[in-house]
Amino acid sequence: MAVNRAVITHGHGDHARPGHRSALATPETLAIMRTRFQDMPDTTQQPLKYGDTVTMGDVSVSLVPAGHILGSAQAVLEHKGQRIVVSGDYKRRPDATCPPFEPVPCDVFITEATFALPVFHHPSDAGEIGKLLRSLETFPERTHLVGVYALGKCQRVIKLLRAAGYDKRIWLHGALASLCKLYEANGVELGDTALISDAILETFKGQIVLCPPSAIADRWSRRFADPIAAMASGWMGVRARARQRGAELPLIISDHADWSELTQTLKDVGAPKVWVTHGREEALVAYARSIGIDGEALHLGGREEEDES
Amino acid sequence: MQAFARLLDALSFQPARNAKLRLIEAYLRETPDPDRGWALAALTGGLDFAAAKPALLRSFGHEKIGEELFHLSYDYVGDLAETLALIWETKPDAGPPPSLGEVVETLQRATKMQTPAILKRWLDELDATGRWALLKLLTGALRVGVSARLAKQAVANIGSQPVAEVEEVWHGLSAPYRPLFDWLTADGPKPASNMGGAFLSPMLANPIDRAEIDTLDPAHFRAEWKWDGIRVQVASLGGVKRLFSRAGEDVSGAFPDIVEAIDFEGVFDGELLVRRDEAVAPFNDLQQRLNRKTVTPKMLKEHPAHVRLYDVLWLDGEDLRALSFDERRTRLEAWMAEKPRPRFDISPLVRFADWAHLATLREEMRQDGIEGLMLKRGDAPYLAGRPKGPWFKWKRDPMLADCVMMYAQRGHGKRSSFYSDYTFGAWRETAEGKRELAPVGKAYFGFTDEELRWLDKWVRDHTTNRFGPVREVEQQLVLEVAFDGVARSTRHKSGVSLRFPRINRIRTDKPAAEADTVDTLLHLVP
Repeated sequence: MAVNRAVITHGHGDHARPGHRSALATPETLAIMRTRFQDMPDTTQQPLKYGDTVTMGDVSVSLVPAGHILGSAQAVLEHKGQRIVVSGDYKRRPDATCPPFEPVPCDVFITEATFALPVFHHPSDAGEIGKLLRSLETFPERTHLVGVYALGKCQRVIKLLRAAGYDKRIWLHGALASLCKLYEANGVELGDTALISDAILETFKGQIVLCPPSAIADRWSRRFADPIAAMASGWMGVRARARQRGAELPLIISDHADWSELTQTLKDVGAPKVWVTHGREEALVAYARSIGIDGEALHLGGREEEDES
Repeated sequence: MQAFARLLDALSFQPARNAKLRLIEAYLRETPDPDRGWALAALTGGLDFAAAKPALLRSFGHEKIGEELFHLSYDYVGDLAETLALIWETKPDAGPPPSLGEVVETLQRATKMQTPAILKRWLDELDATGRWALLKLLTGALRVGVSARLAKQAVANIGSQPVAEVEEVWHGLSAPYRPLFDWLTADGPKPASNMGGAFLSPMLANPIDRAEIDTLDPAHFRAEWKWDGIRVQVASLGGVKRLFSRAGEDVSGAFPDIVEAIDFEGVFDGELLVRRDEAVAPFNDLQQRLNRKTVTPKMLKEHPAHVRLYDVLWLDGEDLRALSFDERRTRLEAWMAEKPRPRFDISPLVRFADWAHLATLREEMRQDGIEGLMLKRGDAPYLAGRPKGPWFKWKRDPMLADCVMMYAQRGHGKRSSFYSDYTFGAWRETAEGKRELAPVGKAYFGFTDEELRWLDKWVRDHTTNRFGPVREVEQQLVLEVAFDGVARSTRHKSGVSLRFPRINRIRTDKPAAEADTVDTLLHLVP
């Protein structure tokens, strides 16, 4: 749905759409949108850095880090002393590719709810990356194909591998190239990466290859010797979901807040009113009400659940 | 416990046999005693706690997050043990997680009253994977796709021994199998094979066809009918009486009628059958009695079990395996002639003049419960494993049906980018007189690599619907399916189930409308 004036929290497809007359977002998010939407020549772009404020009519708007992906922000709207915070997507744990979420006290908090069930407690990232490295030791001749979403998850997984001391070349599917380049241009160092299509005389045995999740099932993956299909997503925490996606090595790595992060955030922002959207509204609304917060489900259209989580 | 949990977790997602073996081997090498021994017991089905009933888990969940949130969570996850494992959180100030040995030894001593409190402490200490594994262990359902045989193979591999050696000593050992690991990994002595009901690895046959048979000398071979039952070993010594499956699993519990009838000492090779009024019942009848820990009197009466013997490995304290087939056969026949032996008889030899004669006999034999012929060299000793040359199986030609592909599913490992598992259907009429396909089976082999590439492309080009890794396809492609039998089934929508179905040919020449009907398949039910 294209509008006159859009405030964009981050670059994922269910939050950033092309065709608006003007779009206000962080410089990083606008750069991501230009990469994805052919430079957006018809959209007036209004970059707004974290912490800066603009006024639109009698509403002041500022953007605050959301800790979700590069450039992701919460939109803080103030009008006559009333403050509404639109969280967009967020998480609370450290991520080397973006600044951490900052809780902003407010009157109304609009929160995402992708993993809003008490079954979602994402384990430590380091432990999950450890699973991948251990599998490489057990199966040193098999290519480890890791399904990652191109924007955010891909670069985060690379950073996590580097932090775990993995300094070998990481191979990339072509669809991941432009966003990796953009991250590097924004100061996120990814180390030695190369495109699969540039490989010469490479068998990929015992190598890590990142690709979009759909590529694992695609004919593209046939070039690899006896690959292991790993999948990096918050959904991997539930066995039936992991199996349904055909994961042989599920890695529970998510860019979204899990249940404890969501409930902690409701406490941190202290809003008496919370609107819940983008996911499993029911459980989080029930929880909010149980601690005396006026919670309500906000049903928005156009959500694409799977790949971006 | 955490290491064992990580193993179970990895096994549950890894479909390939060799990969599973590697995972178990790595665990057994890296894990100290007695934990690895308890893990081996868990994988071979030797641990049986059932210490946590569903009601207990549910009450834990309600206590933790309240009924409404627990209900929403269980509804989403679909598995009670997994739900509880996920909603529970590791307590930051909890002690170190228990070892597997600690879990097993504590539970063996704990009373029913004490269990819930102990369980809660462990849930606080373990991580989510650890909690899942613990609850699976306690509810008695690991379901990670590992057979006892596979686990034994892994143990044998870490000591570079053939699995037959492990199987031979297995039933003389008990968890946590310290002497076994000492022998395999630390130069300890080989444990005594304890002939009291030990399992001896069976001798297996290679398949053969008509053309290859003609290269053999008929005078060297003896022929027996190949019975459509379950290969078993009857082992009895020093009062220990057991019935083993071909893979060495103790199935005595499901066949008390056989065990009771053992009034002799020795180890015999034979076929387990259900026998009614002197006739062998269809395989489906035998299936009713498999995979049961206990069996009802009604079942015993309506599905009486019987063992048709064809070899003797030990008799009266003597190992006969080095003797020739002919010598063993003479001993077996003499033993059978000693006195009546209810529930046991001998598989008769099929007399034949030459191969052409035998081929005719095979063609004419339409009796139920016979799958084909076994050919055994008269001068061959009894050798564990599948040696090339002494034993052959010459199966009856399979039954064939033309079915229509309905769904295709992606494979795993090397096949993860191929739609390689096909569900196919046969025609039937609905109550309203409409013609529709009803799924009758699923097959994922029988085709060449080239045919697989062709099938994969066909699936991708004719997809009408997607459900996760499954694609629904246009009902156009006829597959000629080969199978070894048909049975009525209440579990399948079509009412039939095929035995051992595989893709025999791709029939692009045949219109889907001319494929077979469910009725045609039902007519093949014996």
